[in-house]
Amino acid sequence: MHKEFLMGNAAIARGAVAAGLNVVSGYPGTPSTEVLETTAKLNDGSIYVEWSVNEKAALELGAGAAYSGARAMVTMKQVGLNVASDPLMSLAYIGVKGGMVIMVADDPGPISSQTEQDTRHFASFSKLPCFDPSSVQEAYDMIQDAFEYSEKYHTPVLFRPTTRVCHGYASVEVKDESEYKVNKPEGFVKDSSKWVIFPRLSYNAHMHIEERNAELSQVFSDYGHNFIVPAKDSSCRKGIATHGISYTYVMEALKDKEAPAVFKVSTPFPFPEQAAVKFLEGLDAVLCIEELDPVIERELTYICGKYHLSTKILGKLTHNVKTAGENTCGSVSVNIAGFMGWDIPETSETEAPPALPVRPPVLCAGCPHRASFFAVKEAMKGKKSVFCGDIGCYTLGNAMPLDMVDTCLCMGAGVNITQGIGKIEPDTNCFAFVGDSTFFASAITGAVNAVYNQANMTLVVLDNSTTAMTGHQPHPGTGRTMMGQVVDKVSIQEVLRGVGVKTVETVDPLDLKTAVETVKRVAAEDGVKAIIFKSPCAVLIKSGKPAVIDPDKCTNCKRCIKTLGCPGIVMRDGRPAIENSLCTGCGLCSQVCPFNAIGGAGNAE
Amino acid sequence: MQSNILICGVGGQGIVLTSKLIAAAAMEKDIPVMSAETIGMAQKGGSVFSFLRLGDDIYCPMFPEKTADIIIGFEPAEAVRMLPYLKDGGKIVLNTHPIMPVTATLSGSDYTGREMIEYLQRNVEDVTLVDGDRACEEIGSPKVLNMVMLGAAVRNDVLPFTIDEIEDIMKKTVKPQFVELNSKALRY
Repeated sequence: MHKEFLMGNAAIARGAVAAGLNVVSGYPGTPSTEVLETTAKLNDGSIYVEWSVNEKAALELGAGAAYSGARAMVTMKQVGLNVASDPLMSLAYIGVKGGMVIMVADDPGPISSQTEQDTRHFASFSKLPCFDPSSVQEAYDMIQDAFEYSEKYHTPVLFRPTTRVCHGYASVEVKDESEYKVNKPEGFVKDSSKWVIFPRLSYNAHMHIEERNAELSQVFSDYGHNFIVPAKDSSCRKGIATHGISYTYVMEALKDKEAPAVFKVSTPFPFPEQAAVKFLEGLDAVLCIEELDPVIERELTYICGKYHLSTKILGKLTHNVKTAGENTCGSVSVNIAGFMGWDIPETSETEAPPALPVRPPVLCAGCPHRASFFAVKEAMKGKKSVFCGDIGCYTLGNAMPLDMVDTCLCMGAGVNITQGIGKIEPDTNCFAFVGDSTFFASAITGAVNAVYNQANMTLVVLDNSTTAMTGHQPHPGTGRTMMGQVVDKVSIQEVLRGVGVKTVETVDPLDLKTAVETVKRVAAEDGVKAIIFKSPCAVLIKSGKPAVIDPDKCTNCKRCIKTLGCPGIVMRDGRPAIENSLCTGCGLCSQVCPFNAIGGAGNAE
Repeated sequence: MQSNILICGVGGQGIVLTSKLIAAAAMEKDIPVMSAETIGMAQKGGSVFSFLRLGDDIYCPMFPEKTADIIIGFEPAEAVRMLPYLKDGGKIVLNTHPIMPVTATLSGSDYTGREMIEYLQRNVEDVTLVDGDRACEEIGSPKVLNMVMLGAAVRNDVLPFTIDEIEDIMKKTVKPQFVELNSKALRY
């Protein structure tokens, strides 16, 4: 063993590798992405690593590997599990041979997600065991336990950290390479009574799963990461039940205090019922401090009923803890002070700060998406139009002054939503914007649906040749794999033509005049048509020389600022000025300026 | 011994790297360390912070309000935003150069940073001002701001390290051709 300073997600990857990982697959999504990326970096060639086309593909691939005796990990964010839920629900019945851990990162807040859904519910819904680590060290230790339990009970298991564990860093105790487990997969052994799901098999499997989970509830009551921290004063008749990162906030809040007993739940499903009973006995009241949903609170309320305990269970359901958003050290200490009857430290009177500038996320300077949105906006000026957005950097096209995202729901939804709007409002120019990675993940079926069902719409693919939002992962259109291979790219244009989209035009959005003309021409056609705006992500290419504003030509009309909202143009001494540290020289502003006042570096001469 | 350090500024200023360097210095001295930072939607131009804790008996990387020993502020308004975390008697090391947000440009607001600096000076006893822009210009690279700030923080005697210790770690982290530039920045 030795110590290293690791990010939670890196610790999960390290733990999985130490547990003899053979295969990892996933789809990028904050806060889960670094698990697979770190595994790829650690890979000596013995582990198969892939970014799958979406979470469903990743989970199915992992299942096949685990059927063959491999230790497999599948990574995704919480909403990704919705996409993978079809195979998940059935795989729970089939089970696995090699250990299989489905790593699903939840995002209280939410900080960078559409929902605050709680994967602990997915665990009880799918009847799969779930591990919920509270720290970077626990994440490292428990991912290894997760593989052991999975293999021992022949079931996939869920491993559910949250953002603060995934993205927190800590100095942790890790194994030396010589201590790593080595797993040699036996290979797939044919047995249709085992691997082919049929109603009869499902009935038997359901019986077995319920028995197993009753047994696991007992086993987990003795699991080392489920524990009770005894009260400092043994006569204290109050307790706190908690989990995950909130456990650490609770322990911080109880430092130097007459602390009540604390019950930490690291396996929310199957719930460690006997451990809970032991904790509850003799207590008058328990405060449950949880993030996302009141899972522990409901379990304890149920157990109190089942065992005729008179303990009062408090938490989100009783409005003692707020129902949404993430907990903090501060919010938890206020919750606990209220529960214990302690004084809440008064905030001292300080002078109110001056109005702070807000810094909402915006498209980067030089981002080609800005040009794409602007071209469509210009082309559709004065026409009745709707712009359905999707998940990615380009959701930021909603911000002023572009204001080009009218809807955003979930991965790949925009292409279908715009069809629905078109059926009700046939006189509207219906657009759907989708990024290249999202196109492959879940928009192809939408394009097929549009063609088959005679939609009237324009599909705009914003192809920047990467998965930008999550940190530039490769996808089928990039021609690179996580195993370092250079492979044939899957062409978006050919895919669209192949499914029956007759007009597919590819344009560079930074050539504004051509881009606007193309949108006007293509949008005027009937049926389903597509425009691919192709230009690489500004973060990935070497910046050109910054633009230069000619002060003699600039009339201070501010059209560049008011139409584009580019961080590379700022107001300095009451006039537009180029922020040289940000400007990439993309040239969009010079095409927007009505007075030809903005040019490349050559303009200065 | 425990230290709570808060580093804040705007995406692209090198805050995460600064935090990593302090963590590496702690690891070198066998001091337990935890940190947490904003990542995800906060890309270039967004508010960025890093919480860093050194010492024993630490459960989580995020610390409560009024417990930071020092705020290393890379941008005046961002330091004001995080001021509630500073403990009574805590110190601030501040880069005086403001960064205008896009929204300020759009709405024509005249944020200059001056009002933020004055507010901090009125409300905090120990504020060290660093002209980061001038320092970078004199040293010859806009990329060394984080080392200038880190050097100023170390000289404030709040971090349990000497400049030499930080310099040794820096040498292991940055590419050889940038060592001299960064050394100059640390000792600016």
